Amino acid sequence: MVSDRSDGHIPLAVKILIAGGFGVGKTTLVSAVSEIRPLQTEEVLTNAGVGIDDVNGVEGKTTTTVAMDFGRISINDDIVLYLFGTPGQDRFWFLWDELALGALGAVVLADTRRLTDCFPSVDYFEERNTPFLVAVNCFDGVQKHTAEAVRRALDLDPDVPVVLCDARDRRSIKGVLIALVEHVMTIKQAPALEPARRPGF
Amino acid sequence: MSRGEHDWLDSEAGPVVRPYAVTGGRAKPVVGGFDLVAFVVNADGGTGPRHLQPEHYAILARTRVPITVAELASHLDLALGVVRVLLGDLLQQGLIEMHEPVYDQSVGPQRPDDRILKAVVNGLRSL
Repeated sequence: MVSDRSDGHIPLAVKILIAGGFGVGKTTLVSAVSEIRPLQTEEVLTNAGVGIDDVNGVEGKTTTTVAMDFGRISINDDIVLYLFGTPGQDRFWFLWDELALGALGAVVLADTRRLTDCFPSVDYFEERNTPFLVAVNCFDGVQKHTAEAVRRALDLDPDVPVVLCDARDRRSIKGVLIALVEHVMTIKQAPALEPARRPGF
Repeated sequence: MSRGEHDWLDSEAGPVVRPYAVTGGRAKPVVGGFDLVAFVVNADGGTGPRHLQPEHYAILARTRVPITVAELASHLDLALGVVRVLLGDLLQQGLIEMHEPVYDQSVGPQRPDDRILKAVVNGLRSL
């Protein structure tokens, strides 16, 4: 028996979600900044467990595997940042709920060629009041649209940051994550709906 | 995509053993919540009693150093739900300790305070 557990220091885990349509480059983004090769965790859906999920088209198929990629960045001895790529398919919302619980915020990665793919992510985070920004992935270094055009196309609130990035580039993604956390800090100034805390009433 | 004559038997085909066979068909842990980023620690650093399954031992071996549920599932190549059931068994027997993140679902997501957010920004800058 190993008796000394005094080194079992538990850091604080901070979670950021990386969302966006299927194949937009979420895993690439996570790889660009993660200190470990992105890991994959799987959840198995069964027909019994998921009432509303129709495993359409595949007759007799009773299980579906959903993979979630994630990476890790050790901020310091006390804080570890986890980046979770959300499952690309919209129908796995219940997994999103788990991922979004307690998340610091989210990056919605957008591809201007398929901008509509990120509508569901934007809607989801808006509805949940999860702070997010939109990062436009400029694959080939060609900036086809301005951030402002993307903002208009997505009908974003004026305070939601839109940034351009290259999902493969570590520096670029570092900048995106910093922009997100700074955005979260500005939101915190205006407290969210907290009816329990109304001094003087 | 299709190469070789057994290309239907790639990872897309799914595991050969049904994932929840490991848990005897149990889909929910007996105790515990097991958040994705909750840390698991082997309670006494031991290898565990004799009556456990191989997967339980694998978890005990992997948790001598604190590790998150998500990383544990990934390293063991087991579905999250399966790992949670196994963790429930171990927690019930006092073989592991859990350090769940502090979310209060009734209040909504609680964001870390500014001190932590600043530390995250600084940490990212110095990467």
